Formats: sequence, structure tokens, C-alpha cells
Amino acid sequence: MTDSKYFTTTKKGEIFELKSELNSDKKEKKREAVKKVIASMTVGKDVSALFPDVANCMQTDNLELKKLVYLYLMNYAKSQPDMAIMAVNTFVKDCEDPNPLIRALAVRTMGCIRVDKITEYLCEPLRKCLKDDDPYVRKTAAVSVAKLHDINAALVEEQGFLDSLKDLLSDSNPMVVANAVAALSEINEASATGRPLIEMNAPTINKLLTALNECTEWGQVFILDSLSNYTPKDEREAQSICERITPRLAHANAAVVLSAVKVLMKYMEMMGQDAEFVVSLSKKLAPPLVTLLSSEPEVQYVALRNINLIIQKRPDILKHEMKVFFVKYNDPIYVKLEKLDIMIRLASQNNIAQVLSELKEYATEVDVDFVRKSVRAIGRCAIKVEQSAERCVSTLLDLIQTKVNYVVQEAIVVIKDIFRKYPNKYESIIATLCENLDTLDEPEARASMIWIIGEYAERIDNADELLESFLDSFQDENTQVQLQLLTAIVKLFLKRPTDTQELVQQVLSLATQDSDNPDLRDRGFIYWRLLSTDPAAAKEVVLAEKPLISEETDLIEPTLLDELICHIASLASVYHKPPTAFVEGTGGLKRALPSRSGEEDASVMATGGASASVIPEPGSLIGDLLSMDIGGGGSTAGAGGTGNVDILGGGLDILGGTAPSAPVSEPLRYDSEESNSTDKSNAIRNTVIRLQSTNSLLGDIFGLSGTSSTTFHIPPKQVWLPAPKGKGMEISGTFSRKNGQIHMVLTFSNKAMQPMNQFAVQLNKNSFGLIPAQALNVPNIPPNQSLDISLPLNTNGPVQKMEPLTNLQVAIKNNIDVFYFACVMPIHVFFTEDGNMEKKVFLATWKDIPSANEVQFTLENIECNADGVSTKMNQNNVFTVAKRHLEGQDMVYQSMKFTNDVWALAELKIQPGNPSVTLAIKSRALDVCHSIFAIYDTILHN
Amino acid sequence: MIHSLFVINSSGDVFMEKHWKAVIPRSVCDYFFEAQNKASSMDDVPPVIETPHHYLISIYRCNIFFVAVCKSEVPPLFVIEFLHRVVDTFRDYFNDCSETIIKENYVVVYELLDEMLDNGFPLATESNILKELIKPPNILRTVVNSVTGKSNVSETLPTGQLSNVPWRRSGVKYTNNEAYFDVIEEVDAIIDTSGGMVSAEIHGYIDCVVKLTGMPDLTMSFMNPRMFDDTSFHPCVRFKRWEAEKILSFIPPDGSFRLMSYLIGSQNAVAIPVYARHNLYFSPAGHGKLDLTLGPKQTMGRQLENVKVEIPMPKVVLNCTLTSSQGKYAFDPVSKVLNWDVGKIDPQKLPNIRGTINIQNGATAPESNPTLNVSFTITQMAVSGLKVSRLDLYGEKYKPFKGVKYITKAGRFQIRM
Repeated sequence: MTDSKYFTTTKKGEIFELKSELNSDKKEKKREAVKKVIASMTVGKDVSALFPDVANCMQTDNLELKKLVYLYLMNYAKSQPDMAIMAVNTFVKDCEDPNPLIRALAVRTMGCIRVDKITEYLCEPLRKCLKDDDPYVRKTAAVSVAKLHDINAALVEEQGFLDSLKDLLSDSNPMVVANAVAALSEINEASATGRPLIEMNAPTINKLLTALNECTEWGQVFILDSLSNYTPKDEREAQSICERITPRLAHANAAVVLSAVKVLMKYMEMMGQDAEFVVSLSKKLAPPLVTLLSSEPEVQYVALRNINLIIQKRPDILKHEMKVFFVKYNDPIYVKLEKLDIMIRLASQNNIAQVLSELKEYATEVDVDFVRKSVRAIGRCAIKVEQSAERCVSTLLDLIQTKVNYVVQEAIVVIKDIFRKYPNKYESIIATLCENLDTLDEPEARASMIWIIGEYAERIDNADELLESFLDSFQDENTQVQLQLLTAIVKLFLKRPTDTQELVQQVLSLATQDSDNPDLRDRGFIYWRLLSTDPAAAKEVVLAEKPLISEETDLIEPTLLDELICHIASLASVYHKPPTAFVEGTGGLKRALPSRSGEEDASVMATGGASASVIPEPGSLIGDLLSMDIGGGGSTAGAGGTGNVDILGGGLDILGGTAPSAPVSEPLRYDSEESNSTDKSNAIRNTVIRLQSTNSLLGDIFGLSGTSSTTFHIPPKQVWLPAPKGKGMEISGTFSRKNGQIHMVLTFSNKAMQPMNQFAVQLNKNSFGLIPAQALNVPNIPPNQSLDISLPLNTNGPVQKMEPLTNLQVAIKNNIDVFYFACVMPIHVFFTEDGNMEKKVFLATWKDIPSANEVQFTLENIECNADGVSTKMNQNNVFTVAKRHLEGQDMVYQSMKFTNDVWALAELKIQPGNPSVTLAIKSRALDVCHSIFAIYDTILHN
Repeated sequence: MIHSLFVINSSGDVFMEKHWKAVIPRSVCDYFFEAQNKASSMDDVPPVIETPHHYLISIYRCNIFFVAVCKSEVPPLFVIEFLHRVVDTFRDYFNDCSETIIKENYVVVYELLDEMLDNGFPLATESNILKELIKPPNILRTVVNSVTGKSNVSETLPTGQLSNVPWRRSGVKYTNNEAYFDVIEEVDAIIDTSGGMVSAEIHGYIDCVVKLTGMPDLTMSFMNPRMFDDTSFHPCVRFKRWEAEKILSFIPPDGSFRLMSYLIGSQNAVAIPVYARHNLYFSPAGHGKLDLTLGPKQTMGRQLENVKVEIPMPKVVLNCTLTSSQGKYAFDPVSKVLNWDVGKIDPQKLPNIRGTINIQNGATAPESNPTLNVSFTITQMAVSGLKVSRLDLYGEKYKPFKGVKYITKAGRFQIRM
């Protein structure tokens, strides 16, 4: 006899029949009827009409029947609140039952009934159950507090349940402690302020660690997770906690293992990295991580995502374990792809041979996604491990020979990158590549192939024919291919001008006349103009040396990585995004790795600082400050004429300066050109500067090096909006620059009597086009509380020149009113990380800028020497181009670049022993000079 | 934590749902179905799916998807482990887990789920405790219950739930006291075309059936305990003692359980007990030839049994005409899998299979050869050489019957052709 009998129905109407059975006098019949009801409910049938009849069965001594009725009530109470209230009395009575099982069941069920009227009655029984003699009841009650908080948070605080819950942390029974921790952390997560409810101090930690050894596996996860929120006060404490946690690594439950790994990874950060303890702990971490990979595929997946983070932070931990990441052919695809990622990260000179032979094996598998990624991986190995490049190339060639279409295309895309990384080394294979020209049908592969042909046009005899063959279908090509084709043909023309004139004219006319793509037209026009006026300059622009591409392309940015390390084992670690980015309603509580005592935070950052990738600078404002300079500067007054060589020359200087480290630029806004086509000079400047992206178009894989400045000068916060003016809201703030993005750092203080919420921010049009990059994420601020927030800003907003230039008008709204205030931005936040000009370019530009655009200042009371000045300014993105010693004076030449691509050059005269320093600033945009002087003054006196 | 659970069969029907907090409408599963449609096979559905308001964390077992719905940041492994525990419990209760069985036992399943999770927090997941709370169905009890009107839900609080040994109930009594230990080792290996070892590791575990009266305290020691690269234990094992003396000391749960599992990894030399000589060749003309011989090696004189070979053939293969020196073979033209049930391997007369393989007309020959999946068992041998040296009982006066058995199996044992 099975439960399936509960589904047999008669024609007469199921509900009717059940109703009569439920009201039967026979206990036996009643129970069977309730079972039928539950069975229907399980499959999603609506049996809510039976509510009163089922509720009537509640008063029974039979535990099973009681349970079943409770199950029913939990499900339908919400839809029948008035009926549910009838059950309250029974609940309250059951909470007093001598049988602890029934007491627990009653308090548990009451918490699940999400009806306000019932929760009011829950308070008293719950209070009693929290102090019950039986630990089973107490542990059930602890969870009920969390349920109640979910329904009515205010009630829980009012009734002091949080304190009772905290008392349970010192309960004698480990299960009770574990449940209290779980309940508290859930309440914590749901609360708006994000303030931790459990005050972590040594005694609490001790209690938790004791309970950790004795409670269930699930309780261990809760406890480990809350331990990971605690920052030990010193290295010794961290070490002793680690020692007590290490045995958890041998737990059979994968969740316990990974949570333990999280705590250990976080605490290890506090210790000297060469300390014996850290070394031995690192060794202990590897085996459990490897073991996770032999569990179910779902566990493997989560483990792999986490391992990906762990090896970015501590590459040593798994460096000898390459083999466990080898792919088995029947692994699910999501496991395969993750394994592949980790294989590349672990690839080194020692194991590259093995890795390559595996990758080659994978490239012949059936799954297309996996094969593509494997081919890509071979290319990444070549770029990462220089010694292996040759082998990788020959492997790729072997793969191309297979003629499998998608393999060939993928191989060509990666070979392009290999050419970028090792120029003039593997060009012998071009012939083989060219054989596959016809089979390429994906834009990326076609574009890559065209790039290769253009780049090595001088060595390919029939380059013109090859490129011409693409030209026939020019209109049908993808934009990416069109742009590439245009550049490649221009390259070809510059290299072999004699026989390709016709071809270049053809492509230029296609790009400029027959295309409606502004990107393509712009590039076409500028090439045309360059070629017709100054072919030498054209050569310099089009055939400019390309920056090298970096080896690791998808490393997680170090600050994000540090945050994610604190979230190992959580969803954040699976998505590789901070929880604030995807969990609804988190109070913006950011976790940070603790730093080692006595060391500055900066050192933690610096560990991975070199490989930081920079958020691309929006290049949309290029024209605007330049046009200011045209209006102000006298010598470029003749700029109105089209095709003026001087302008181009000037533009080239700018270009030359930016090229070495040009970031991937966003597409320009074309409306300026379209709407204002008479202002040709402006358009030309736009396009000239656009060219820097020509070079970088292919290399979407290069990151910038040496960017994040560790001691960037952040002016102290100023009160921008005093409380009386802000109806009780006080705002103070400052600006900073982190990882290439400007941040407005604000402190909101609520000095009013009521809570404030619904915050929003707007910035008025300003000189640098600053606009908020995201909405102002300020939660509810209760009275007498304050909150710090960092608002990232972009520079692609509307532009209006302000007086002074650095003035910024801000409007902030909350539930009370809208407030306006103005603040002054320190100009150095607009200095970009790529502002280091080459010496030659610096010289040329210096000469090129008229002396009318030079302003001299004197800096007083400077105590540091030339080197000190250099270092200080360098940290703020003012780069020293050259230094000279001249007649007892130190001359320092510095360059800086604004987010809108305006350059400023500076010359400092420093006499040893003399506290006055002469500062000369040259820029096409004269307006910035005063602000630059001011910032020099502040930084050097800081 | 866990808000709801949806149980979905392979044809995409939600045939069971349970909510521990507010009811979440079934439509949330649409995101899951979307991911399922994208995946090329059931195994490939990603286990963590993000939807605008929820996270779907799923496992795929017994041809059924168990999809947990979570609303906030949770440790995904916690949920995955829990779901696996749910399936394990079902199997424990009903001997198997399938759509039919769940449907047949709806009420018990529902009661179990309610007992396992409270407000999304795991409550009782140890099978010993659950069985005290909710009696597993068996025919005799159902008959007795229906006669006497008793239920299969316990009236009293399970004793083990709050003791310091939560995994063991008190008052256990047996007339025959016995304890059996199975040391099972699975060899995972990838062998390349030329027979070289690409990677190999041993996943071992010790499964026990312990039927002992009272509160027995056991210790187990090994001849060679230092060979493990990694170990994980049932919560009953006293970890300190293992660390200090390499002795397993524990109060066992009642019944069957997994005492420990261990890994002997690729750092150590792993013996590979089987080899294959293979030759698979596809001619451009449209047919292929297969010749495959298996043989034992490094088996310490033990016999390879239950040997099976599975070859997932390329999609263009139509059928295979083969002759095998022993065992039966079958080719499934739908899934394109060639199965060869070899049986025992006699070292004097190695099993061989050979013949032709037909390819679709006009199709090009596949570039790559498939991977061979081999399974086998070797009894009375642990391939790592692990040996239990002693097993002692303290705390009780009787003399139990003890037994240790060793088995080596193929885990994911793959040979590239």
C-alpha cells in the first residue's frame, strides 16, 4: 500500500468527498482524509477550500495527524487569515504541552504562518520556548526568531528577542548555539543597516569555536561563516583560531571544508607571508581542495570557481596539482570549461609540455564550445609561457591542418595575438594561414586574418589580391571586418605605394561615401586626409609601434579579488562578483581582507597591483577642451581651414604621446560631428585622437601596467552641506581616484530626529563631464547615524565650462527635500594613469605649444628635493619625463593627461637648499594651469 | 537559506514542490527550463542559475532534478550538499529514488522534507534520527498500522538528537553483534593513446555496517596509514587522535555509514591494473576497423572481474560488425555507444574484439578517435596496498564478529584511442 492511493478520485467531486471524510467520526478515516489532502497539496492542487475542515482536526492527541494538519496550515494560512486565527488557541496550548516534541512543533509551525494577527500571539509562547528546559525546544525557538524577524522585524526588536538570541550563543548545547548563530546571521543579512548583530569578541569567539567541534555539519558552516566576519586583533589570535579550524578541512561535508578554507584564507592575510605557519597551512589547503574535485559534478563546479579565486591570490597552493584539473571526457560541460581556465592559470614552464598535449587532445573533442576554448587556451599558453610559444604555434598549425572550420577560425584569432606578443618571429606560417582564407566566415576570424595580412603586407606577395578579394563583399561585412580591411589596405599602401593606389582609393571611397557607419566614415576620412597631405605622418600614425599585450588577460582586479576571497564558498565566489552587485537589499556591507599588523593596507593592494586592469577612459570629451584651446590660444587661430597640416602635426604630437599606453577607448560620440559639420577642425581633432584606438582595436587583450597609485593624495573631507542648511542632513566629502575611476567620497550624517532614506544624486553640467557611474546607494539612515559612501563617477556626461574650472554643483535628494551645494574638485583626480609622455614627444610638444600658453608660478616652502617631488607627484599621476642637473639647479619635466585627453606639461626648477621652486606649466588649455599649480602646492605640502 | 524545493523529472514536469517560507510560484522554474533547453544533455545543466530575484541551485540525480530556490546570499555547496543528502535519505527510506517512488510515498516524502529543514535551516539530516521520527515504510508495518490504527510518526523525541553523539541512538540491542568494513578503492585514470599515464588517482572509502549493542567505542588502525594524501571523516571520528596517532577512534552510528574517504593522488605512484591494445582506424572511403585487446597488469595475482568497456563512437558511425573472443557486445545506434561486456579476464587468453565499423554514406571520417571507458572490479585487493591491521572494541563487554573486505574498482577510468 502506498501513498498513491490518495490520488484515486471518484467522479463525484474530490473536494466534496474529502470534506465529508474529514468530518467523519472515525479517527482512522480522518487521518486518511488529511493524508489525501496533503498529497493533493504536494502536487500543487488547490485544496484551500477545505481549510475549516482540516483546521478542525487539529485538536488531536495523535502526533502524526497533528503534524499533517500543521503542514496544511503552513501552506494555506496566508490565503485564509481569518480562518487561521481560529487555530491560534490550539497553538498556544500546544506550546505548553509536556511533550517537548509537540512544544517544538507548535512554536515552529506558528513561525511559519505568515499572518500578522497570528504573529502577535506568537510572542509569549516564543519567549517561553527560548528559555525552555529542553534544548530541542530552544534550538527550534532560535530559528523561529529568524522567521518572526522576516515577517515583522520591528516586533522582534521591540520584544527583545534579539537579546534572548544573543544569550543563546552561550548555551550549553552546541546545537542551540549553532542555530542561534544561523538565526542571527540571517537576521543580520536582512537588516537594512548591515551592522553586525553579534559583537565578535574573544569570549564569543571562544564559545563559537567550542561549539564548532560538537555541532552538526550544517551548524559548522554557520559558525565558520560568522567567524569569517571577525577580524582577529593580532597575528597570534589569528594563528590560534586557524589551528582550531584546520581539522574542519577533513570533514566529509564539502560545504564545511570550503567555509573553513575561507576563514583560513582570510586569516592568513594577517600573517607574515614567509612565516612557517603560513607555509605549512598553505600545504594543508591543497589536499582538501583536490578532494572536492572527486565529488559530485555540482560540488566540483562550485569548488572550481573558488579554486580559480584561490590560485589568483595564492598561486603556490595548487601549483603541483595540475593533473587533477585534466578534463575527463564525460565531465559536464560546465566543469570542463572551468577546469580549462584553471589549467591555463597553473601553466608554467615546468608543466607546459603536459598542458599542451592535453589541450591538443581537447581540441579534437565533440563539444564545439569546449573545443573553441581549448584552442584559445593554447594561444594563451603561448603568450604566457614564452618558452612554449614555438610549440604552441606548431600545435595550432597542426590543428589548422584538420580543416575543421571552427577550429581553424579560433586558431587564427589566437595566432593574431601571438603575432602581437612576439613580432617578427613566426611569420613563416603566414602562407599556411592564407590557405584557409576562404573558409573563414566568422567576423572575428576574418578581421584577425585581415589584420595579419595588413601587418605583414610587405612579406606577402599577393597581399593586394587577398585584400581585394574581401573588398567585393565590403558592404556585407561586419563593421569589425570593414574597419580592419580599411586599415589593412592603408597599411599595404604605405608599404607598397606603387601598385596599390587603386585599391586604397577604392576602399576609401567605400568607407567614406557608401557607408553610413560613422565609425568607418571617420576613419576613412582621416586616412584620406593624412594620405593626401602628409604621407610621412600617415606612416607614423598607421604603422606606429604597437604596445605589447600582457600575458594574463582575465585576472580579477586585486581589490575585487580581495573582497571575493572574503566571500569564498558563497554565491559571490561562484559569480565572481561582489554580493552588493547581485543580492537584493544588502546593506552595502563590504568585506575586506585584514592587513598584517604594522603593515599598511597598501601592501596588500600592491601584491597584485602591477596587473591591475584599468577601466577604460571614456574618450568622449576629447573635442571640448580642445575647442576651448582653439578659442584661447592665438597660434592655432588658423585652424578653420580644412586639412591644415599644422593642425594635423599638432594632433600627431598628441597622438604620439598617447599611443604607448592607449586604453581601449569607447566609441566616440558622433553627434558632435554630425550636428556641427562646419567646425571641421574640431572634427579632425576628434578623428585624429580616435586613431589611437585603431592600434588598439585588435588588442582588446592588453591591460595597462603600473597603474594603481598606492598613496594617491585625497584631500581631507570638507563639510559641503552643513546640517542647518540640509534640514538636519550634513554632507561632507572629498574626491579620490581609484583604479582609473574618480570617486566622490561622501559622509552622510543624519542630525535630524527622523530617519532619512530615498537618496538620489545629480551633478550639474561641469567642465569635465562628470556624472555618477551608478545610482547613489544609500540605505535608510536612522537618526544620529552617519554613513560613508564612495560614489564612482564617469567623465562622459554633458560638458559646460565652469568658473573656476573645478567647480561642481551637486544636488542631493532625500525623503525630506532636495538640497543644492557646490564644491571644488581637486584637479588631479582627472589625471589619468597613462599620462606619461615619451621624451621625444614631450620635447616636440613643448616646442609646439606657444609661449603665450605658458604660465609661471612659484611654490614656496618646498622641503623635498627633486626626487621627492617626482615620487610625490608620480603617485598622483603626474609623471616625470626627464630630469636634468643644470647650473646647480635640478630641472624636472613632468607630464599629465586629463580624462578628456588634454595634456599639460610642467617644468620645475629646484635649487637645493632653496625652499622656493619655480613651476612653469604649458598646456593648450590655459584654464587648467591655475588649478594645476594649486594641486602641486597641496600635494607637495602634504 | 533554502526557500523552496522543486522536483522536476527529465521531461520537464514539476511533480513535487515544498516551500519552507512563503510560497514561491512555479514560474520561477522557467529560468531553469531555459537553461535546460540550452544544455546539450541533462548532465550539462549548470548547477547555479541566477534569476532576477532568486537563485536556483540544482542537482541532477537518478534522472531527476532537485531545484532549490534561494533568495539571498547562501553558500551554494551547503545547498548542494543538502540536496544530495535529501536524495540519500530517500534512497535509504525507499531503497531507490525515482519519480514513481516519490509519487508513491508523497506523504512520507513531505514529512521528511519538513523534518529535514525548518525555515530553510537543516534540522535533522542524520538518517538514524530521521528514522526515529518518521518510520520508513515497510509492508508489515503498514498492515499492522492499518489494523491497530497506529501511525508511522514517532511520539517521542529521538534520543540522539541532542546528545553529544547525535549520530547514534541509545538503547540499541542486537543478539548477534557484528561489524563489517569494506575498503573500496576506485581508480580514476586517463591513459593516453600510447598507453602512457596522463593522470591517475585513487579515491578510497571505508563503508561500514555496524550492528553493535549499546555504546561501543571502536578503534581501527592501519598497517600503512601515512599513504593518504587527504582524508575526510564521518563526524564520529575523533580527529585529534587521528592526527596524533593515525588511529581511527569512534563511536559508530547504528547501521550503515561511510567512516572515511581518502585520496591517494597523482603525486604518488598509482598502479594501473588493466591495459588495452587498441587499433581504431577510419578510412576516408567510409568504413573503419576496430581491434581491441585487454589485459591485466600489476594486479598482484588477482583476477579482473566484471570488466566492461564502453566506447562512445563518433556520430557518423552507423553500426559495428564485430566478433569478440568472449563476452557480448552491443551497439546502440541512437546514442552511438558500443558496449562490450567482457566478464573475467583470463591472463592466458586475453579477451579481444575486432571487426568493421560502418560510416554513413558520404560522411567524412572523424578526425579524432573516441575515448574508451573501462570498468572492472578486483576483489580482495586494495590497489593502493592499504591494510587494516587492528580493530578493537572498548566500552562494551561482548565480543563482536568483525570482518574487513577489500575491493578495487574502476572509477572514471579512461583510455584514449
